[in-house]
Amino acid sequence: MKSHYSDPATAQIIEKRTLCVLVDNEPGVLARIAGMFSGRGYNIESLTVSETEHEKHLSRLTIVTSGTAAMLTQIESQLDRLVPVHKVVNLSAKATIERELALVKVAQFGAERSEHRMEALRLATAFGAKTVDATLNSFIFELAGPYEDVERFINLMSAIGLVEVSRTGAAAIARGAEGL
Amino acid sequence: MSETMTGAEMVVRALQDQNVEHIFGYPGGAVLPIYDALFQQNSVEHILVRHEQGAVHSAEGYARSSGKVGVVLVTSGPGATNAVTGLTDALLDSIPLVCFTGQVPTHLIGSDAFQECDTVGITRHCTKHNYLVKRIEDLPRIIHEAFYVARSGRPGPVVIDIPKDVQFASGTYTGPGDVIHNSYRPQVNGDTRAIEAAVDLIAKAKKPVFYTGGGVINAGPEASRLLREFAKLTGFPVTSTLMGLGAFPANDPQWLGMLGMHGTYEANLAMHDCDVMINIGARFDDRITGRLDAFSPGSKKIHVDIDPSSINKNVKVDIGIVGDCAKVLAEMLRVWREKKYQVQAEPLKSWWGEINKWRSRNSLFYKQEKGIISPQYAIERLYALTKDRNTYITTEVGQHQMWAAQHFHFDEPNRWMTSGGLGTMGYGLPAAIGVQKAHPDALVIDIAGEASILMNMQEMSTAAQYRLPVKVFILNNEYMGMVRQWQQLLHGGRYSQSYSEALPDFVKLAEAYHAKGIRCADPASLDAAIQEMIDYPGPVIFDCLVAKEENCLPMIPSGKAHNDMLLPDYEGAIGDVIDAKGKQLV
Ligand SMILES: Cc1cc2nc3c(=O)[nH]c(=O)nc-3n(C[C@H](O)[C@H](O)[C@H](O)COP(=O)(O)OP(=O)(O)OC[C@H]3O[C@@H](n4cnc5c(N)ncnc54)[C@H](O)[C@@H]3O)c2cc1C
Ligand SMILES: Cc1ncc(C[n+]2csc(CCOP(=O)(O)OP(=O)(O)O)c2C)c(N)n1
Ligand SMILES: [Mg+2]
Repeated sequence: MKSHYSDPATAQIIEKRTLCVLVDNEPGVLARIAGMFSGRGYNIESLTVSETEHEKHLSRLTIVTSGTAAMLTQIESQLDRLVPVHKVVNLSAKATIERELALVKVAQFGAERSEHRMEALRLATAFGAKTVDATLNSFIFELAGPYEDVERFINLMSAIGLVEVSRTGAAAIARGAEGL
Repeated sequence: MSETMTGAEMVVRALQDQNVEHIFGYPGGAVLPIYDALFQQNSVEHILVRHEQGAVHSAEGYARSSGKVGVVLVTSGPGATNAVTGLTDALLDSIPLVCFTGQVPTHLIGSDAFQECDTVGITRHCTKHNYLVKRIEDLPRIIHEAFYVARSGRPGPVVIDIPKDVQFASGTYTGPGDVIHNSYRPQVNGDTRAIEAAVDLIAKAKKPVFYTGGGVINAGPEASRLLREFAKLTGFPVTSTLMGLGAFPANDPQWLGMLGMHGTYEANLAMHDCDVMINIGARFDDRITGRLDAFSPGSKKIHVDIDPSSINKNVKVDIGIVGDCAKVLAEMLRVWREKKYQVQAEPLKSWWGEINKWRSRNSLFYKQEKGIISPQYAIERLYALTKDRNTYITTEVGQHQMWAAQHFHFDEPNRWMTSGGLGTMGYGLPAAIGVQKAHPDALVIDIAGEASILMNMQEMSTAAQYRLPVKVFILNNEYMGMVRQWQQLLHGGRYSQSYSEALPDFVKLAEAYHAKGIRCADPASLDAAIQEMIDYPGPVIFDCLVAKEENCLPMIPSGKAHNDMLLPDYEGAIGDVIDAKGKQLV
């Protein structure tokens, strides 16, 4: 609850929520959605978007956001009232598969070069990451997985020689036979 | 019904097909083709304003007083940016508008061309929706869709940005038909179960209150009628926000007056102490709730609103009903009658007893001393002398606006046009022009402050051109009174920049605008002067010189609860009322 006269921000529980938003793929729709978040002071932790139904010009966004329960409900209603939005689904309320893709460049192995190279490859194998580029001094790994796995992988690689990371943010879909 | 024509012709044809009779606008390079098309027909009348902000406020006044969609036409660049304040005003007050803006030709978009601005980017946050039309094929559909979006659900302003090449291009026009929007489908019928639960709660209420708002006005006259019916059936007290005044008649004994920061003692205490609050089309604005943790602590709350995001936004409610006020009220009445509900007669009687005690505090009390006009007295006399006429009131923003809300009484919806959410000084005069256009035979009065009126004074020229006999009634206290009051309350009476220095001579100014100027400083001649204003067949500026440092009371000081109001009989120093914490609030 936000107001000129709301209670001071006492310790309220902040939750994370993954939302799936189906929109008309018209010009400016992404700005409209991102602008709603910035204009109303909400967080976007990650946002992915792509046209998913080409004939109907429908795009699907997966937005990971965080806030108090009341704020999260407001976010859903505020998204829903945007004219080009068809549907807003709280995927966190369902059993959901969530994945993101990360490209992780590891180099600068330092004094224990060969030891670190081996370790990087071992970790990659353990996480099921693909080696998509290699030079004598570097690797690029491709890892797809839940947010937590990607985080752990990157943390481990930091100890070895992490240079650069590119992440897509989460894509998500509810389990089971039922569609949106 | 498909015909080939240019984009500019399509705009005009679509206006005709949407039964638009009047549009408010200002020309420029990027809309010349549309002005040319307007020139060649007679069914849509264009009213030339003197500033694009004025065009939007005029369209707002037109829309709010008539229930129709207001239409605006402005050029690219500065035309569009000048319209932004008006669009934001309409968004906050839920006023249905369609605003056409010209744009540079599509191939120049993004090149910083002459009079180019990113209109859809700039107006994205101050419209309900907006469109950039890049292809002539899309134009007719977009226009009809825009009217539908503007007027349906929670109404609001919609911008259509049309590049100049699209205005020249030719294509196939299609009529309105039934717009079936892909994604936008506002929910108008309330959930039956929720309505039944609400009616059950209403019937059990011992200390109920109807808290009604602008949504009842938005829903049309039928909603006001149903509200009255439900109120009569139950005998419950009714209060309303600033935006909902007139939905319930002020001359009714069940009427408590406006609630909120400058609302009456009885309305605010009824809200504070009630056991069931029935919110119909109001949005728990901060001017209403005051401190949220002290807002009506003991009540169960029902909230009817067409916008799901209004429900549980500021205040958590027990029963939220998404739907149109008129539809939901009709359903409530049906359920009430079908299940033969009865009110709790005895408790209700003692509730009225409490309310009448609060009423007897007479919280709108003011002193009218000899020789100097009290602003409240001026409003009271204005009301007394106009109430038997077909009168519409608009206001500017400040103390005079609140005094108008408190002392001018409204018995019908759509008679009261004010800028509530954005609080835009400069709203009242152009809005009055719009109202007068919609109601040519009515008496239309802008209750103004001497500071606010200067913000869109140029629109007097519009009034003169179209012979619109609007009356501007200035409560001239030589201060930005509302600012001065807050400085007295919060900043030790240091009146930083709030004195209205070097004011124009309003009588001469009126004459310069081909209008009549009247000045009055004496309570004894006030009635005659007001009568002179009413009787004059053209526009009038009335410079009413009033007490300079009068405060607008009652008031819930910032940071206080509903039952902690500052009343007119407060004897202490008002600079000491608000504590350090309250001073940080607005
Ligand atoms: C100087 C100043 C002082 C002020 N002091 C006060 C004050 O003391 N008291 C006061 O009341 N206000 C005051 N205001 C105004 C205040 O800022 C708000 O604008 C006002 O209270 C909001 O009114 P509302 O709740 O009726 O909402 P509105 O802004 O009118 O919103 C209408 C609500 O109804 C819903 N709705 C719309 N159409 C429908 C429909 N067809 N069916 C159902 N629901 C619908 C909307 O979704 C929305 O939630 C003041 C303003 C100024 C500038
Ligand atoms: C465009 C705009 N600028 C500033 C304000 C802040 N403001 C609110 S009331 C007010 C003073 C209005 O003075 P006046 O029109 O004389 O009315 P009074 O309060 O004296 O009746 C100001 C500056 C505003 N509401 N709108
Ligand atoms: Mg003033």
